[in-house]
Amino acid sequence: MSEVLTAPLVVEFPFTRSLGPVQSAFLTGLRERLVLGVRATDGRVVVPPVEYDPVTADEIRDLVEVGTGGTVTTWAWNPSPRRGQPLTTPFAWVLVRLDGADTALLHALDAPGPDAVRTGMRVRIRWAVERTGAITDIACFEPAENDPTDHQPAPHGGEFAEPVTGITTPARLDYTYSPGRAQSRYLQALAEHRTVGERCPSCRKVYVPPRGACPTCGVATDTQVEVGPRGTVTTFCIVNIKARNLDIEVPYVYAHIALDGADLALHARIGQIPYDQVRMGLRVEPVWTEGARHPDHYRPTGEPDADYDSYKELI
Amino acid sequence: MSKEPVAVVGIGQTEHVAARRDVSLAGLVREAAQRALEDAELHWADIDAVVIGKAPDFFEGVMMPELYLADALGAVGKPMLRVHTAGSVGGSTALVAADLVAARVHRTVLTLAFEKQSESNAMWGLSLPIPFQQPLLAGAGGFFAPHVRAYMRRTGAPDTVGSLVAYKDRRNALKNPYAHLHEADITLEKVQSSPMLWDPIRYSETCPSSDGACAMILTDRTGAARTPHPPAWVHGGAMRSEPTLFAGKDFVSPQAGKDCAADVYRQAGITDPRRQIDAVEMYVPFSWYEPMWLENLGFAQEGEGWKLTEAGVTELDGDLPVNPSGGVLSTNPIGASGMIRFAEAALQVRGQAGEHQVEGARRALGHAYGGGSQFFAMWLVGAEAPAG
Repeated sequence: MSEVLTAPLVVEFPFTRSLGPVQSAFLTGLRERLVLGVRATDGRVVVPPVEYDPVTADEIRDLVEVGTGGTVTTWAWNPSPRRGQPLTTPFAWVLVRLDGADTALLHALDAPGPDAVRTGMRVRIRWAVERTGAITDIACFEPAENDPTDHQPAPHGGEFAEPVTGITTPARLDYTYSPGRAQSRYLQALAEHRTVGERCPSCRKVYVPPRGACPTCGVATDTQVEVGPRGTVTTFCIVNIKARNLDIEVPYVYAHIALDGADLALHARIGQIPYDQVRMGLRVEPVWTEGARHPDHYRPTGEPDADYDSYKELI
Repeated sequence: MSKEPVAVVGIGQTEHVAARRDVSLAGLVREAAQRALEDAELHWADIDAVVIGKAPDFFEGVMMPELYLADALGAVGKPMLRVHTAGSVGGSTALVAADLVAARVHRTVLTLAFEKQSESNAMWGLSLPIPFQQPLLAGAGGFFAPHVRAYMRRTGAPDTVGSLVAYKDRRNALKNPYAHLHEADITLEKVQSSPMLWDPIRYSETCPSSDGACAMILTDRTGAARTPHPPAWVHGGAMRSEPTLFAGKDFVSPQAGKDCAADVYRQAGITDPRRQIDAVEMYVPFSWYEPMWLENLGFAQEGEGWKLTEAGVTELDGDLPVNPSGGVLSTNPIGASGMIRFAEAALQVRGQAGEHQVEGARRALGHAYGGGSQFFAMWLVGAEAPAG
């Protein structure tokens, strides 16, 4: 059996969030070193605040300021912090009921070890030095066994100068990607400048690139079939806008090409012909460049165009 | 035992715009849901279940956003479920909700779909780099443009047909206060001279990127009897899917779309869709998809769809108005776009479409598709309760 390829795949994007009135007040409050909750219809104080009542679904907007000290309601030790977590040294994930609140907030507790953490312990906020209006304005919580617990929630209008109305929340996913056995075989053949599809044992159709199974019959494709190298442009578009993640000069032709012997078209770029002269039925062949995994592009072979009837079922 | 007839008694939309920076995701969905409740004169407590849909999580970067939206949609203590079928999701979400009523699982269901495209970048979300694959293309336009060219070749349609669709839909949008694009100075010349992005698709023949939500309240006969405004009745609904790529796939007129339409027409007793259906809201993200779907949905013979468009049949005052709301070409909060089609069809048969009302509309089709033309969802709604 041939080797199955793998490669790292990182997907990341700086998503943005419009905060709406309640989250805006909450995060702006953190910037100003105060914590706001919201009073629910039943009188409970919810921290972090929500926009809609968790029981009645009513819109709730009565903000209150709660304390910056609180009590741990439960916890879990994190012995090996990961990228992007609040602390780089081992810490406890804690749910903290801030004084004056009726619900608990999730955050990190800086503690020397799990023996130093217990449900019911008193903690207080350690503010970040640089604060921007984000949950990370609370750097973490720290033990505060001797702090008093007399904070009463006080009404707060939620009004601030220069409120934070939106935040950026970068997301990042780290994968090990494998294209699977069939595509690995396909890619290994490409390295020898051969295009190898796979035939469905049931409908006899040849898939290029192969996916390992026939999507129509639902059975594994078992026979390798070399196709091409020449093929026919079945349809195409001329791309005039440059994508920021692609290093291809525009305009260029993005074409569907049915390689000779294949039963569906693969997608590739057409070159060595002015973009406005590319046409359906054009006969093309691959152009390989040193060290590239795929043909750089396809170019005209000089043969007469294929008859429409010969490829219309492949469009 | 026969199915329970399903009535649409409440419809709510946000005003769709490029960016709703004043609301959170929760605030956005809430606005549409609240408007649907007000239309139906119902309260949160009257809702038995919530069915929500949106396009891929990548489009906003919130994993399973439905979980955090439960409070905003009054779903606490009730069943809440999410449907996901790419761009067709707004349609299939409504159909799942309708089935819950038809099967007498729930009496009154809130269904809602949304997208806040401004929080991400759909072109990026649709073009994630995949190791070992050759990056060639970005976004949906480049994917669909070759299929448009194939349609033109197959039918001999003149190059101008796409611009006629865009010109019509953008003018229709001027009559719809909820539409995103309101191009008061639109002319056919402007459409035809707009930049060619993915030849043969021009800039003005593509959909915008919108923030928005759409909600509907579906209920049973008892609920419909109590409702203050005329309901729209569901006469048929179906979903079909097929792979994105397979040998023999017809991208111009996918089999799954034909089968889906045939199923809906069979349920609704439609034998001649062109004559029996008064208005159509179909999912046209690129202008040429209007003539393509006219054929796929059986309104025209194969190869003849463009002739209806060219002859003005699909205009608001035509014989078969298509996308009187302005369609996806004027408003595209992706996850919500299918539900807006379904809701606009219902508005037409309720006589509540306002300035873009098709006079005397008694039966209307709502249509959505998604992915690489792989998911299809449709419903047919009528002013009369279904027979039987």
